Amino acid sequence: MDYLSKLENQSIYIMREAFNKFENLAMLWSIGKDSTVLLWLARKAFFGHVPFPLVHVDTTYKIPSMIEYRDRLVRDWQLELIVGKNEEVLRTGVTFPNGKATRVECCGTLKKDGLKQVLDKHHFTGVIVGVRRDEEPTRAKERYFSPRDKNMEWNVEDQPPELWDQFKTDFQKGTHIRIHPLLHWTELNVWEYIERENIPVIPLYFANEKGERYRSLGCAPCTFPINSNAKTVREIIEELRVTKTSERSGRAQDKESEDAFEKLRRDGYM
Amino acid sequence: MNPVTQPAVSSAPTEQLKIVIVGHVDHGKSTFVGRLFYDTGSLPEGKFEQLQLIAERRGVPFEWANLMDALQSERDQNITIDTAQIWFQTKKRQYVIIDAPGHKEFLKNMVTGAANAEAALLLIDANEGVQEQSRRHGYLLNLLGLRQIAVLVNKMDLKSYSQERFNAIETEYRKFLGSIGVEPKCFIPIAAKHGDNIAVRGANMPWWSGPTVLEMLDEFKVAELPKDQPLRLPIQDIYRFDERRILAGRIESGTLKVGDRLLFSPSNKASTVKTIERWNAPSRDTASAGESIGVTLTEQIFVERGAVAALETAPPYQLTRFKARLFWLGRAPFRKGQIYKLKLATQEAECEIEAIDRIIDSSTLGTISRKENEVFVGRNEVAELTLRIKRPVAFDVHADIVTTGRFVIVDGFEVAGGGIIAADNYPQRTSDSLHKSDNIYWSHGKVTDEQRARRNGHPGCVVWLTGLSGSGKSTIATELERELFNMGKHAYVLDGDNVRHGLCSDLAFSPRDRQENIRRVGEVAKLFADAGIICITAFISPYRTDRELVRNMVLDGQFVEIYVNAPIEVCEQRDPKGLYVKARANEIKEFTGISAPYEPPTQPEIALQTDQLTVSESVARILEYLHVQDADTAITI
Repeated sequence: MDYLSKLENQSIYIMREAFNKFENLAMLWSIGKDSTVLLWLARKAFFGHVPFPLVHVDTTYKIPSMIEYRDRLVRDWQLELIVGKNEEVLRTGVTFPNGKATRVECCGTLKKDGLKQVLDKHHFTGVIVGVRRDEEPTRAKERYFSPRDKNMEWNVEDQPPELWDQFKTDFQKGTHIRIHPLLHWTELNVWEYIERENIPVIPLYFANEKGERYRSLGCAPCTFPINSNAKTVREIIEELRVTKTSERSGRAQDKESEDAFEKLRRDGYM
Repeated sequence: MNPVTQPAVSSAPTEQLKIVIVGHVDHGKSTFVGRLFYDTGSLPEGKFEQLQLIAERRGVPFEWANLMDALQSERDQNITIDTAQIWFQTKKRQYVIIDAPGHKEFLKNMVTGAANAEAALLLIDANEGVQEQSRRHGYLLNLLGLRQIAVLVNKMDLKSYSQERFNAIETEYRKFLGSIGVEPKCFIPIAAKHGDNIAVRGANMPWWSGPTVLEMLDEFKVAELPKDQPLRLPIQDIYRFDERRILAGRIESGTLKVGDRLLFSPSNKASTVKTIERWNAPSRDTASAGESIGVTLTEQIFVERGAVAALETAPPYQLTRFKARLFWLGRAPFRKGQIYKLKLATQEAECEIEAIDRIIDSSTLGTISRKENEVFVGRNEVAELTLRIKRPVAFDVHADIVTTGRFVIVDGFEVAGGGIIAADNYPQRTSDSLHKSDNIYWSHGKVTDEQRARRNGHPGCVVWLTGLSGSGKSTIATELERELFNMGKHAYVLDGDNVRHGLCSDLAFSPRDRQENIRRVGEVAKLFADAGIICITAFISPYRTDRELVRNMVLDGQFVEIYVNAPIEVCEQRDPKGLYVKARANEIKEFTGISAPYEPPTQPEIALQTDQLTVSESVARILEYLHVQDADTAITI
């Protein structure tokens, strides 16, 4: 079996375990390439169906074409979508684009707290998230089934053992489990799979006339394109095979301090 | 420092190999990984500079380890707390490097890392030599099923790159590994801090003619999927999509084809594969190990999550106990007398320790002795033990089939231990519907029933006592046996509890298992009767149809059904085994008379009202019915 099929089969197995074990299960969909591959894998696992709702935490600062793309796929693939917004913070305007918060604080309220509000409202006990180990060093330490306490906090110093595909599916009331079916994939694997399966991805990933493309997608004020001439999936794969720049180099919030991202994740960020 | 940057590889890798780095704390695992990445040009742009900046800002020497030790708390303490994974590529393949912590406190994280790997590099500090975790990790790697192991003797610079020191460590550690049956691929002397023998040889150890770490890595083999082993498809879930009932699961071993007859364990139901389901993939009529698929069946049978599908010709064991080698990671010990959750493939069942044969210190390999009343496996200990499971589970011996031969134990909300199933004399169960052949005939010997009866002074028969627990079946049975023996007759009691120790030890108390229990006892009683013996059975045997089944097995008139009848209040008051108390407290499920039905015989040969009759009166009634008289050979016991 080729290694892409190995990755795929493992992800399907994890997704099916999650669906069996969690009555209130949802999947985060950030519209990016990873969560779109995740969505595709869900359809693989459930024979063309997506038997749980998708949650999009909308900061309202997303690049506009992301929202158009989102709504089109929801229609075409008949998906159930829940959009969560931290209305209160948006109303008071304490955000980075308004100059009233740092980038990390803004991520904390609009994304992390926004997520918590959706989880609380719908009583989700299992949330499927498309993070990968190779993206960022604290994610490299993640488990496939990763518990969060009632405040969404991640106790990274005391994670459950995870072996032989026996996952943490027993948990206390009030806590929830993040399920990470893409944890073992690399950025390159994701693109190779997009090519193999011919998965539609948002055009922002492809180079424009100015020779720029997004490698990682987030909010417009904190996400910057990279210089690239890769206009097709194949060209992106070729580019990634030789690049030495890290994937999240265009994500400004990671760089505010040495452990900025770690702190965000400990508090419950994806 | 001169990085030896390899040209970036642009040809597509065809395979991926996962390697775990283990060893004692501070023996340089994270440093080795950092250096390996630097020397192979695998660090992302700016990472080296960032690590330098961190060291400068903190006023500490530069540390390669900070590449993997991403947590602030790890950098603060200069130790690895949790396992992390990182990727790099050689010309041959892509590698996933799993860095595991070496501190005893974080053994569960080491296990997490190692259980996901296909090969291991074990680091030993040349200066400190073989330490507690060096040995423990070696032992655990073996237990976790890792067979490809290489040992790196690190920090050779601290020992002046001494060949003697390297040889001494190799001799000592090889001996240890040999004693647990591990054959390491090779030992390599390195100095991770300076890069000696990692990607290039360097000038410091001219005496070394063996491979560099990088050369050795490419010698490891990617784990092959067990396609040629017996089929095991543990069912994860049943979906109803688009008017199809799909059984979903991953084939753990073997190969499956459309048209295959599947046996589902432990329910023992069988059906045939109608289709193999995939989405957005070429349709194929076969699937094999490693594939997450769905199947539909021709006959709709009841199957639920946990069932293991196998070919009828090679099913797994289905029993309520097995022997295992187990490691314990939980904070609280694994105690006898306490109930835990067993997870084996997709099955879950309550289990407990039946007996512990040996508790092992996985570092010294010594046996840990405890006081007689302290039966437990402590944190980080390994044990050889027997587990008893509340209901039959399907399993294999780990040495035969890996995935259905291993399990984890959940204590409360946490996975607290894991184990592999050891070989033993497990009975292979054959189901009623299985291995039936039309070509089997009852073979008659040359001694007739009449001849036997004449010799014995009586014909063989089955005296079948049925009634509630506590109604007096066993008391009457043993008394009857003694009376008959005293009268010179050949009599033998088949007792319910006794057969469950052996003949029926794989059965629980579900209606289905009770039925199978009675069927087997009936078959044995039939053989006894055929041998000319008065076979007395004392089983609750609550179902009328089951008793009828036995009646029909034996010759006309050979089956004597005796209804041992006492009101349930009387039985409950007697409660000789304390079972009613437990049943009322809900500790026993499906207890006849309380939470499971009893169907009294409609036309028994004899009915004994045991709340009104004494034991000897009851026995006399039976003897009267059997028309037995004293034989000349009578003796009294």
